[in-house]
Amino acid sequence: MNATVLRLSLRGLLGRRRALLLLLLPGVLLLLAVVIRLLAGSDEGVTRTLLGAFALGTLVPLLGLITGTGVLGPEIDDGSVVYLLAKPISRPVIVRSKLMVAIIAVTVFAALPTLLAGLIMSGLAGGLAVGYAVGALVAGVAYCALFLLLSVLTRNAVIVGLLYALIWETVLGGYVPGAQKLSVQQWALAVTRWIAGSEVRSAVGLPVGVVLLVVLFAGSTWYAGRRLSTLTLTSDE
Amino acid sequence: MSADQTGVIHDIGYRHYTGPRLGRGAIVRALFVQSLRGAYGLGRSAKSKVMPILLLVIMCVPALVIAAVVNGFKLTAQPVPYTRYAVVLLAVVAIFVAAQSPQMVSRDLRFRLTSLYFSRPLGRLDYVLAKYAAMVCALLLLLVSPLVILYGGGLLARLPAGAETRHFLLGAVGAVFFAVVLAAVGLLIAAFTPRRGLGVAAVIAVLLVTYSGVSVVQGIAQDQGQDTVAAYAGLFSPFTLVDGVQVWLLNARPSSPVGPPGTTGGLVFLATTLALLAGSFGLLVLRYRKVSIS
Repeated sequence: MNATVLRLSLRGLLGRRRALLLLLLPGVLLLLAVVIRLLAGSDEGVTRTLLGAFALGTLVPLLGLITGTGVLGPEIDDGSVVYLLAKPISRPVIVRSKLMVAIIAVTVFAALPTLLAGLIMSGLAGGLAVGYAVGALVAGVAYCALFLLLSVLTRNAVIVGLLYALIWETVLGGYVPGAQKLSVQQWALAVTRWIAGSEVRSAVGLPVGVVLLVVLFAGSTWYAGRRLSTLTLTSDE
Repeated sequence: MSADQTGVIHDIGYRHYTGPRLGRGAIVRALFVQSLRGAYGLGRSAKSKVMPILLLVIMCVPALVIAAVVNGFKLTAQPVPYTRYAVVLLAVVAIFVAAQSPQMVSRDLRFRLTSLYFSRPLGRLDYVLAKYAAMVCALLLLLVSPLVILYGGGLLARLPAGAETRHFLLGAVGAVFFAVVLAAVGLLIAAFTPRRGLGVAAVIAVLLVTYSGVSVVQGIAQDQGQDTVAAYAGLFSPFTLVDGVQVWLLNARPSSPVGPPGTTGGLVFLATTLALLAGSFGLLVLRYRKVSIS
């Protein structure tokens, strides 16, 4: 990893309007947690609904998408990535540094708020807060790697990522059980289930989930480095 | 050479344009048509056709399947009501809004093309109106096409034609509601986030995070027996808001657990929708009033 690339990317990610969006999303989660706690009191089922459907189901994929495509994608788009690529830093190192920034952002803006929301909703009861926070973290890390790879592969990374995260995981996963087997969300839920107990439902077992998460993360990172080595810059249409 | 002969522009015989000069209306129409075509990638590169066409296809495939099922199994009613179709596939609709509203307005801002537009006899309001109308029509195409397929399937299966036509027309009116609201919200957010990629993320975040949050709150409130809270929670997301309006005005079946309660609820939903529309459109006009022309 390269400290300068890390520092510059972090500033690039948090310095613009993107930061507002990154703050707004976890803000909604915390607000909902407070409102629901006041409305429904402390209830483990309610906590599972909010953290499962909203935090892991919507917030984490979106934040992974915004940060994963936001650390490298804009530079490739406006062409300023050539100044970075011209430096004597190996391309895999660039990818790893960029990925690190995205992971930091996802940890701060997705995993921590999930933990906080869980604590607000039902304290430490049942390990729900910790379980879902760890699930959010592993899902966020996997999404970051996947969407960073997408942003190297295609100019439409955000939309392709959305198609995967929404259509595949949510809509198709709701009707076709097989689609759930190939879903980052379900793999992360397997980890959550391991911590927070069997009330949490997941389509895959823990070993399968963990192995697939690791394979996706390592594979995406490696391939993104490969693709960045042979990147051709195309102009905007 | 005397001094008064310097700086003369010589007439070297170019012919002047003497034909009719089209005015503001023609520019607005051209901008509208070009934007509408652009929303589906027509007149643009092959790459930019892929996404909108793919989304249109994804939107229509379930309708085709339903039409086939209605005909194959001789159902006596549509399994998915026309007014619910947009809500069932709201992820696709949201992605379309998120993908196309930035391309509709952000590129002009990012590449500073607005200065070229506004150096013509095209007012700022004209520009906003043309873009907004184009976005509404693009969305209508996306929302009504599957309804037409459903309707065709229903007629083929010899469902009662009168009732089918009435339901189809109500569904189309509902689609208009969805289109005008979603276009206003999408364009407004896109106009404030001209950077590539960010606009898409911002639009989708607003549309889906609000919807997902509202659904969770509605589900929990209903479990707790607080139906009023569940009903009014629908005000906080564009999809459930419009759905509430069509529940009240068009007598549609609510897609959320609870529809707006009674006439008061319906009026509140309608007023909120109109306020959202007026607010988004007003802010959009204000945004373009501030765009510099240099």
